[in-house]
Amino acid sequence: MPRLPITKTPKVYVGGAFIRSESARVFPLKDASGEFFANIPQCTRKDLRNAVEAAAKAGPGWAKRTAYNRGQILYRLGEMIEARAGEMADAITLGGATPAAAAREVAATVDRLIYYAGWTDKYEQVLGNVNPVAAPYFNFTVTEPMGIIGVIAPDASPLLALISLIAPAITSGNTVVALASTTQPYPAIVLGEMLATSDLPGGVVNLLTGFRKEMISTFATHTHLRAISAVVNAEERKALALGAADSVKRTHLLKAEEKHDWFADTAQSVYAIRDTLEFKTTWHPVGA
Amino acid sequence: MLARSPQAALQRLFDEVGSVDQVGIEERVAKYGTRSIKKGAKIWGLKTAVSMVDLTTLEGKDTPGKVASLCQKALQPHDAELGVPQVAAVCVYPAMVKHARKALGSDTAVRIASVATAFPSGQAPLKTRLAEVKAAVADGADEIDMVINRGAFLAGEFGEVQDEIAAVVTACGDATLKVILEVSELETYDNIRAASFLAMRVIRPGDFIKTSTGKTSLNATLGNNQVMLEAIRDFYLDTGIPIAMKPAGGIRTAKQALTFLVAVKETLGDAWLNNNRYRFGASSLLNDLVRQLEKEKTGAYQAPYYFSEAAESY
Repeated sequence: MPRLPITKTPKVYVGGAFIRSESARVFPLKDASGEFFANIPQCTRKDLRNAVEAAAKAGPGWAKRTAYNRGQILYRLGEMIEARAGEMADAITLGGATPAAAAREVAATVDRLIYYAGWTDKYEQVLGNVNPVAAPYFNFTVTEPMGIIGVIAPDASPLLALISLIAPAITSGNTVVALASTTQPYPAIVLGEMLATSDLPGGVVNLLTGFRKEMISTFATHTHLRAISAVVNAEERKALALGAADSVKRTHLLKAEEKHDWFADTAQSVYAIRDTLEFKTTWHPVGA
Repeated sequence: MLARSPQAALQRLFDEVGSVDQVGIEERVAKYGTRSIKKGAKIWGLKTAVSMVDLTTLEGKDTPGKVASLCQKALQPHDAELGVPQVAAVCVYPAMVKHARKALGSDTAVRIASVATAFPSGQAPLKTRLAEVKAAVADGADEIDMVINRGAFLAGEFGEVQDEIAAVVTACGDATLKVILEVSELETYDNIRAASFLAMRVIRPGDFIKTSTGKTSLNATLGNNQVMLEAIRDFYLDTGIPIAMKPAGGIRTAKQALTFLVAVKETLGDAWLNNNRYRFGASSLLNDLVRQLEKEKTGAYQAPYYFSEAAESY
């Protein structure tokens, strides 16, 4: 007897749960040959708001984890993607990438997570400092995570670029609300399923799918988002810069018009971790 | 002997006041959250909710300083330009009433409510409880929040429960009385309805019945709020006496508050949508109400740490 196909309903991963958009809207995703593949949640500014609440809830616990433990968890996430590399590569080929290119992107993504997993208990040595002062005091500069970081991912390298923006932020104890590529959202859907089986606490990474124009102004103006890492065009940069000025948030905006090589060694750096850190300097008297 | 058992006494009371359809109540309140409340109505609802707040601090670590800052917040919850009204009252322990009176002054619309009668358990001799009420009123309390004797209620001693409430009414003098049923200890909706009627029969028009102390695991829910609203409605239709209502504990978000207001509007109507007839007992709700009002004004979602004393950086 022929078996009925069981198709998956794609859902986004927010606050450790798989949800549909609160608006109940979806948009159709086609595969590389133009065939209908699935309906993807069309998230709204309210979904973004809810994701920020989820990120806020998860934040203090995540930031309080030891650096070593955060490293273990990022490594574990790498393991989860590695173990399901084939499935993830299939998700990337939907957008037209060759199987070889997709496999290369998945491998680079895992490597990127391992890279930042290694940095969790080391960046403080590089970025923090004991400052020389002309008085009998110790003067330390130490780092703290900023809080909730907004991420807007590009369409090119939809998985690798997304992880390259998320990973440095969560390395130091930030939490993230990320909007995946509009044209290639499916790798982010699959990534959510892998996040759920890693040891990453729910709410540390929240993934949304949908249209940028519906959410960009909320990303810009939401005062609870402390920084934005995004790959955006000129018009979006302007909207983000204006909103960020109002809500006093940091922006790291890469130009969508330019080509970015997410595979390059330069796409990963301890300075990407620094981008979402606050620095705190403390004076302490030198004991007798 | 059966006729004297608590079960028999309860049964007689249920027969008198009617029982509650639990499934029906829960299905009804589940729909309240689905009402679409748009801009103008939302702003009205948020401001009305602010004006209904009994801003509460009931902790062992309360100090005169903490009560004074609570009173400042009650008088002016946010920047004047946002147009946020004052809250209805501050709610404190009896020992803090005189400090609250000092902070608020005598010429103020913000009322001082004080829990009394051995709050939250009520397990003290009646004489002590009445003395506590009189002391709070003498110190300047405008409103008294009492707890009923749940032990007596569950034992079927309704006469005792009612006599005690009546004694507190007398002890209150001019002060408004709020009768806390402590719904989580009454266990069923039928009991909540029965206790509501017991209280309503002895309190004065304009006095309140109140869900909870906020000191137990389960507090005000839409379900027990609905049971009490319907009891108030039925009592009003029967006797013409309007009784006011105060849910307390567990209402933390503006969205919850709006849903409770929907319940009031659809059960009791506009006459109950003011702070003489409906209150929220809450400590952190005010922060979220003001936060949402700021959002409505600026269009930008606001971080909670701008609206509370919480030092948490997230």
